[in-house]
Amino acid sequence: MHFSLSADQQLLKDSVASFVKRQSPITRARELRRDPLGYSRDTWATLGELGWLGLPFSEAQGGLGGSFVDLSIVLEELGAALVPEPLISSIVLAGHVVAELGTEAQRAEHLAPVVAGARTLALAHTERDGRYDPLWVSTTAARRGDSYALDGEKIFVLGGHDADDLVVVARTSGAPGELEGLTAFLAPRGAPGVPVSPLGPIDGRRAAHVTLRGASLPASARLGDEGAAGPVLSQALDRAAAAACAEGVGLTRAVLEMTTAYLCTREQFGVKIGSFQALQHRAVDMFIETELVKSASIRAAIALDAGDPVEAAWAVSLAKAQLGVGGKYVVQQAIQLHGGVGITDEHDVGLYFKRMHALMSSFGDEAHHVARVASSPRFTAGL
Amino acid sequence: MVGPLIMQFGTEAQKRRFLPRILSGDEVWCQGYSEPNAGSDLASLRSSAVDDGRGSFVVNGQKTWTTYGQYADWIFCLVRTDASGKKQQGISFLLVDMKTPGVTVKPMLTIGGTPAFCETFFEDVVVPKENLVGPLHGGWTVAKALLGHERTMIGGVGASLRALRRLKRIARETTRAGAPLLDDPMVAAKIARLEVRLRSLEMANYRTLAAAALGHAPGPESSILKIRGSEIQQDCFELAMEIMGHDALSWHDTAGAVPALETWVPSTYCYNRATTIYGGSNEIQKNIIAKLILGLS
Ligand SMILES: Cc1cc2nc3c(=O)[nH]c(=O)nc-3n(C[C@H](O)[C@H](O)[C@H](O)COP(=O)(O)OP(=O)(O)OC[C@H]3O[C@@H](n4cnc5c(N)ncnc54)[C@H](O)[C@@H]3O)c2cc1C
Repeated sequence: MHFSLSADQQLLKDSVASFVKRQSPITRARELRRDPLGYSRDTWATLGELGWLGLPFSEAQGGLGGSFVDLSIVLEELGAALVPEPLISSIVLAGHVVAELGTEAQRAEHLAPVVAGARTLALAHTERDGRYDPLWVSTTAARRGDSYALDGEKIFVLGGHDADDLVVVARTSGAPGELEGLTAFLAPRGAPGVPVSPLGPIDGRRAAHVTLRGASLPASARLGDEGAAGPVLSQALDRAAAAACAEGVGLTRAVLEMTTAYLCTREQFGVKIGSFQALQHRAVDMFIETELVKSASIRAAIALDAGDPVEAAWAVSLAKAQLGVGGKYVVQQAIQLHGGVGITDEHDVGLYFKRMHALMSSFGDEAHHVARVASSPRFTAGL
Repeated sequence: MVGPLIMQFGTEAQKRRFLPRILSGDEVWCQGYSEPNAGSDLASLRSSAVDDGRGSFVVNGQKTWTTYGQYADWIFCLVRTDASGKKQQGISFLLVDMKTPGVTVKPMLTIGGTPAFCETFFEDVVVPKENLVGPLHGGWTVAKALLGHERTMIGGVGASLRALRRLKRIARETTRAGAPLLDDPMVAAKIARLEVRLRSLEMANYRTLAAAALGHAPGPESSILKIRGSEIQQDCFELAMEIMGHDALSWHDTAGAVPALETWVPSTYCYNRATTIYGGSNEIQKNIIAKLILGLS
């Protein structure tokens, strides 16, 4: 067993790193915080041309047939510079649902342009009362002849402020929390009865609340069989959790580098502050957490590629809970070790801090995933 | 912070001039201790005050992280009046009217998105000598006495008690599958654990206050309040963020985007990373306790 990158993967990593250096240094993320779109459609197109948006989809789905490990490599490098393009919302969440449930025609029309970087998608799924439960959907979709009428409220739709298509999840039968009865629909931007109100998240990205009030969508907008979307949605959220971990690995790496560099330059009491043992030990703990977050994230990516659902859910929850502890520790201590400058908006460490918090709290926070670890068959195996 | 100092070290004239307006709230003060290169190592400060021979000091230099300097009427400053000896000697404690020509402030944004502190610049600022508090070159003793008060204040037990109450309300109003989160034993236990720590600190605070009432100025034990109090303040908001879930992730600049009770949480959560840094970082407080209370050196 070895965990080194293949030659192709190393090449991928290097090309993403060089793209970031040339086209999206951290200053770009800083500027785009104030932009209503929050990212750039041109850069999105570039990511498409480079082929990175097609990595997680099979060739039959119109993708490049890469692996989740490959995607993780891209996310880690983009994360290290807080590149704000909506990969997780468009590709990992909504893209996955369209790829898995869509017909060939739906994929050609709604996924292929996303993979090419010409369009974006967003998943309108989360409901306030469900917190992190992927099956907690109370929004209803009632069949009326050739169309469906949708009613409900979706919160914190990542990238929902400008996605060309929303993938809306509603219940065609059953009760909130049940696996059966969930159905996904494609709703083009501006569809009547689907008003979108933009939100300004703390990490400078964009999201939206989406209210569905008697929205009417044609039956042809349905993705897959009626009531059968539950498993794919759970999968999409697990993949998004693993994607957050991969991105988080990039964040911890960048923040650790930034902090150790600061410890080696800042002087107080006539010496470098990095010479204080209390701070050395803190930096070491940050390093250890960085390594643990990375290790857990790799395990999650490998498990998703391997496809055993029990192992995948287990590994994803282990990784996401680890991010909640270790990722948080790294960014919090990074600010602490920077002292006053760490609290200024001008310093980049705060940008990482807020992005990390968003990654930690999306797709299940630490408490959610710890509970899932405890309820996994793996937890009690071998007793 | 500055009130007790003027009471302890001020002249009768200074007490008459400043204390009533501090009490009435007519004059707001800010603190000019830190400089870009003198944070933890405060005694290495370089802002200077030179005797102009005509009854005034001329102040030059820069202070930084000045909380609410943009709103303050007065600033109490540590300035160097003698650079020849040990760095702790040769520091003086000076009160400066923020309207004096040559004082400029540049507000800065914090990671919480609020303009809570400033850079403060002094360029040939003329300050009358009667604004010196305590002896000339003897400001370090005054400065340290003030820090005892500041640390006790930063302990912030009252503010944390309020934060804890709001935290419980948020946990009651936030639901999962229709049930209040406060009813979830795991959530309740997390809040209760915070309460345990806070109630112990509350009592430690009373002990410090009782000693103060007997005339003992807060000494190194105020560092206990500062360390745990600042951590608890952070933990209250961290837990509020956790309980709010997705709603904690937006600045709430959109009206009605989240329940009203919760709108202040994300910004305060971010800003509160400062509680373990300001007033002397917690690392510095631990150095103080190790040295002055435990006798380790
Ligand atoms: C929000 C905010 C408001 C503030 N308001 C004011 C104000 O109103 N007036 C004012 O004068 N100042 C104010 N300060 C400044 C504050 O007191 C300083 O930030 C603090 O003393 C730390 O100094 P520094 O920022 O220069 O960090 P540094 O001293 O550079 O410290 C960097 C890191 O090194 C650590 N460190 C330094 N020395 C040691 C050591 N010997 N052993 C172990 N670790 C060490 C620190 O703990 C910290 O983690 C404010 C700061 C903040 C963040």
